[in-house]
Amino acid sequence: MTDRERQQALDSAELVAETAGPAPVTGELPPDDPVAAGGETRSQWRDVWRQFRSHKGAMVALVLFLGILLFVSVGPLIWTLDATYVDIRARNSGFSAAHPLGTDQLGRDMLARLMAGGRVSIAVGLTAMVIAVTLGSFVGLVAGYFRRMDAPLMRLTELFLALPLLPLLLLMVTLFRESLSQSFGPAMGIFILIVGAIGATSWMQAARIVRGDVLGLKEREFILAAKSIGTPPARMILRHVLPNVLSPIMVAATLGIATAIITESALSFLGLGFPPDFPTWGRLLFDAVDQMVLYPSRVILPGLFISLTVLCVNYVGDGLRDAMDPRIRGR
Amino acid sequence: MKLRTLLMGAAASLVLAPAAMAERGADGAVSIIMWQAPSTMNMYLSSGTKDIIAASMVLEPLASFTPEGTLTPRLATEIPSLENGGIAEDLTSVTWKLKEGIKWSDGTDLTADDVVFTANYCMDPKGGCAQLAKFEGISAVEAVDPLTVKITFTEPRPDPFSAFVGGQAPILQKAQFESCLGEAAPTCTEQNFNPIGTGPFKVVEFRTNDVITFEANQEYRDPAKPAFATLTMKGGGDAAAAARAVLETGEFDYAWNTQLAPEVLAGMEANGKGRVEAAFGSLVERIHVNLTDPSPSLPEGERSTTKHPHPFLTDLAVRKALSMAIDRNLLTEIGYGPAGQPTCNLVPAPAAWASDNTECLTQDIEGAKALLEEAGWVAGPDGVRTKDGMRLSLLYQTSVNAVRQDFQALIKQWWSEIGVETELKTIDASVFFGSDAGSPDTLQKFYADVEMYANNFEGNNPEPYLAKQTCDKAPGPENQWQGENTSRYCDPEYDKLVVELGKTVDLAARGELGKRMNDMQTKDSHSVIPLVYRGTASAVSNTLGGVMLNAWDTEIWNVADWHRIKE
Amino acid sequence: MLNFTIRRLLLAIPTLIFISLVIFLLLEASPGDPLGDVPLTVPPEVKERMREALGLGQAWYVRYGLWLKQFFWVEPLYWFDSLFGTGFSDGMQRIISFQSRSPVFDVIAQRVPQTLTVIGMSYLVGVLIAIPIGIISAYRQYSWFDQIGTFVSMIGFSMPTFFTGVVLIIIFGVKLQWFPSVYDTTLVVRDWDSFLAQVRQMVMPVTVLALYNAAQISRFMRASMLDNLGQDYVRTARAKGLSERTVVLKHVLRNSLIPVVTVIALGLPAVFGGALITEQVFKVNGIGQLLITAIYANDIPMVLTVTFLFAILIVMFTLIADILYGVLDPRIRYD
Repeated sequence: MTDRERQQALDSAELVAETAGPAPVTGELPPDDPVAAGGETRSQWRDVWRQFRSHKGAMVALVLFLGILLFVSVGPLIWTLDATYVDIRARNSGFSAAHPLGTDQLGRDMLARLMAGGRVSIAVGLTAMVIAVTLGSFVGLVAGYFRRMDAPLMRLTELFLALPLLPLLLLMVTLFRESLSQSFGPAMGIFILIVGAIGATSWMQAARIVRGDVLGLKEREFILAAKSIGTPPARMILRHVLPNVLSPIMVAATLGIATAIITESALSFLGLGFPPDFPTWGRLLFDAVDQMVLYPSRVILPGLFISLTVLCVNYVGDGLRDAMDPRIRGR
Repeated sequence: MKLRTLLMGAAASLVLAPAAMAERGADGAVSIIMWQAPSTMNMYLSSGTKDIIAASMVLEPLASFTPEGTLTPRLATEIPSLENGGIAEDLTSVTWKLKEGIKWSDGTDLTADDVVFTANYCMDPKGGCAQLAKFEGISAVEAVDPLTVKITFTEPRPDPFSAFVGGQAPILQKAQFESCLGEAAPTCTEQNFNPIGTGPFKVVEFRTNDVITFEANQEYRDPAKPAFATLTMKGGGDAAAAARAVLETGEFDYAWNTQLAPEVLAGMEANGKGRVEAAFGSLVERIHVNLTDPSPSLPEGERSTTKHPHPFLTDLAVRKALSMAIDRNLLTEIGYGPAGQPTCNLVPAPAAWASDNTECLTQDIEGAKALLEEAGWVAGPDGVRTKDGMRLSLLYQTSVNAVRQDFQALIKQWWSEIGVETELKTIDASVFFGSDAGSPDTLQKFYADVEMYANNFEGNNPEPYLAKQTCDKAPGPENQWQGENTSRYCDPEYDKLVVELGKTVDLAARGELGKRMNDMQTKDSHSVIPLVYRGTASAVSNTLGGVMLNAWDTEIWNVADWHRIKE
Repeated sequence: MLNFTIRRLLLAIPTLIFISLVIFLLLEASPGDPLGDVPLTVPPEVKERMREALGLGQAWYVRYGLWLKQFFWVEPLYWFDSLFGTGFSDGMQRIISFQSRSPVFDVIAQRVPQTLTVIGMSYLVGVLIAIPIGIISAYRQYSWFDQIGTFVSMIGFSMPTFFTGVVLIIIFGVKLQWFPSVYDTTLVVRDWDSFLAQVRQMVMPVTVLALYNAAQISRFMRASMLDNLGQDYVRTARAKGLSERTVVLKHVLRNSLIPVVTVIALGLPAVFGGALITEQVFKVNGIGQLLITAIYANDIPMVLTVTFLFAILIVMFTLIADILYGVLDPRIRYD
């Protein structure tokens, strides 16, 4: 590195320090030694939380989301009716004390079905999303940051993209449905299968997006600066690159939950998802589509829950993103 | 309300019929929506109703069945009988006279040679003909003269009306199919997609699994028919969408097989654009019990074959208990409404053949429990009965269909009450009923313990239908999985009765034999658990006249008479 | 950049061949093996022809090679023949579908028009709506426009197309009778009336899919714009006295397009792949429906061919996206 280059790098490092410096409420300059500062994450995370709390939409969404989680997890302990219990005399009943959200065409309690369905749908949505986004971000970061890894990883991504979701899922379902349902029971077997399949087949978009962003980011001055002071790659990625590609990852995560919930119901639509007596929000919605005109509440309720969950995750994601952006923080 | 609409429709059609039928093609276009798209026009290569319906507008048999279940001549001048000498005194042959002047849609004459050729085409041992049962027991088909065909049987046949009768066994044109005999049959793409026929319509364009365009056959024998110049048959979607396209949006004139919950259909009919018509033939929704082992641990090609008996469904007590636990009245009410009746029979009609077997109509959960208890099936800690280490755990498959999934849920619950655990599985209808035996999920493959679907027989003679349940008709690799004995039911006694039925002439005695065979499969062996006697329900636009839903032949058997009711 | 493009194009060939191999092996590994299942229905002679077509009964690498030959040699020859009336492909076995017993490419050719018009149009509409919405939402973050935009796009994305499709059919097909609920694949646009009919039957499927696509793209657009709006160069540009319009539309937008370009490039091959559920709801029997019926029927030649065509498009569009990165951000270099 020539002297001139070094000077440039120092200049840009200064610039970064200057611009990032005034932003935090604390008004402190970033610590000189990031390793030692690692012990002081307390203040940083408190900042994030403080900022997050000031984001009204995110707070409302978080409370609502926790509410939905409680509804599907604790709900069945309070409302103990079995979601698959057929009470034929009570079929098609409206909202009543015995069935607060009515019953379906076979007299199964809608409230219980929504709770049971939500547990599956949220579990499928979150698990599949976490798998997909983690995998995708990892591949994207590595491919974007290390030039040598770019070609092989991107060809791998292309390969996975080329195996369209549905045939691959079909293949996995036909391959593993019987053996998994034998070793884990029909429901758990299908859960593992669906979550694994959706997760393993939907990471590519996140990977491509993260890589694209990293490619641009890598040439920015602050990265050059950080590099020039000898930051090791792992810390570079975690501390400098990752935070700057967080927002597309957040979007991918939000959308990923919705996609996973709907993909699951689409699989049922094709007779490939959970067994027909196993309620999920997507399935409840699908089953009620025929009766939409007669009993609108049967489509509105599961639809509402799916949308609400996705909206909540989206706002929480927005809030987190804002809270973690040092430029906005403290504004 | 519905009756009135019907009567008005009938009255209107009577008044307008002469005007409407005055000229061929005067009423423009008519459209049919089939939510299962036809994949071929050659029903000799497919056992699917969807394909037979599509082909029946082009290819015609010698005689058809009326909606009442009686015979009516089509390409023949009259129905052969002992009186007119068409049926030989010794019952070993039947002679058909073809109508004079019938032309194929390419302008050539229909001759007895075409009929003979069709028989050879289907009876070719290498052709894999799906309708071979119709030609069973035929020793020779000969052309006596260009308009006379003589079918000789190996044994006396009291009911000779199977080959060339009904929409499943029509006449193919010899000139067109000559190069498609035997092994070449499935490779004749052009012929199988665009067969030349004598029917009211001819194929203009065939798009496999999508849409078929027909136009009026200018060579059709009745110069005034068909009233429609073009006919479009669209495939795809689902039953609800098909019903909606006729009853709510009015885009289509006719929707085939709109099997939906009665309340949903009633809601759609309220729009006043059309009505759902039901005709009762012999369609029975039933559960088939797999008497062979569908275990995935068996090698491919041996699963669900007679080589391996089922571990516990071979126990009569289990099968009987499964049947007793079902409330058929409730199933009918929820699933079919006016288009269904609870039944215990495999052969619900005609009256002479219908057994008075009604004991299953009352649900008996306690009785079923006692029966299992007696047979040594003891409830385990989880409520599921076991015996000798075997659990009463079933895989119950059917097609994706709202009514069937409701049935699955209900039946699963009843079975759980008697200590039988049920795992449900659904398969896309086009696969489940698909004629492609390559798929592991077809009803013939039967890789499950029990499966539910509906089946019927064509014509008023259940004999061939009963004869399909013999030991050698069990689906398997050796018959390319085309056999109709899905339960793999095998009783030498039953096979003997089939032979006896084939020799019996007296109608009353035949009915009695039929009842016995029906009872053997249902209340005696419970290898088949009948649920509901179903009407064929199809949605018809109020502007479409002349529709006479026929459950004994293809349901659009009289498509030549269809016409537009003018406002 | 030209160097890079040529290198990538050359690299694409082994990549594609590898992809086809993986797809082949995947299908090979599936339990619906054509040798074990499909040929049971058909007589030995056709079985033999299928064996020839797929090279079954031989070692897998021979079979795979045969498919490659049919795809890259016999089919192009056949097209050449039908274009120039020559007879090079006579006696050669084209890729034959197990299902309909007709050549795979004939059926694909039958299905491509409706897939391209409906799904392609919906994608175009989706992108055209999404980009302005994303820009405005980000520029006026937390304004009522942004809030409504977020709400609508999240609802749009979380509502499956089998639901929105049926809702649209009930409202616009049944109640208002504005649009047909069944897509007519045989309609040929000849004159103004048939063009109108085509437009009318496309409105609902296109809306359903466009809403879904727009929701997704606008979210990425918004997030990326937000990231860039806070950057220093924006402050600098404003400080320089550039107009707000120039700052947002020229500087910020250009820098924000990278993730959006990625998403769009990823979505375009799917246009060819069709949208299974939308196709089913509106009875647009396109490639999606073809693929799913082929999968169900274990129609291996059909599945393999369609999936491979899909792979070609993916490799092509990722290359285009990579080139666009360089155009949008000159700092990105691949050499």
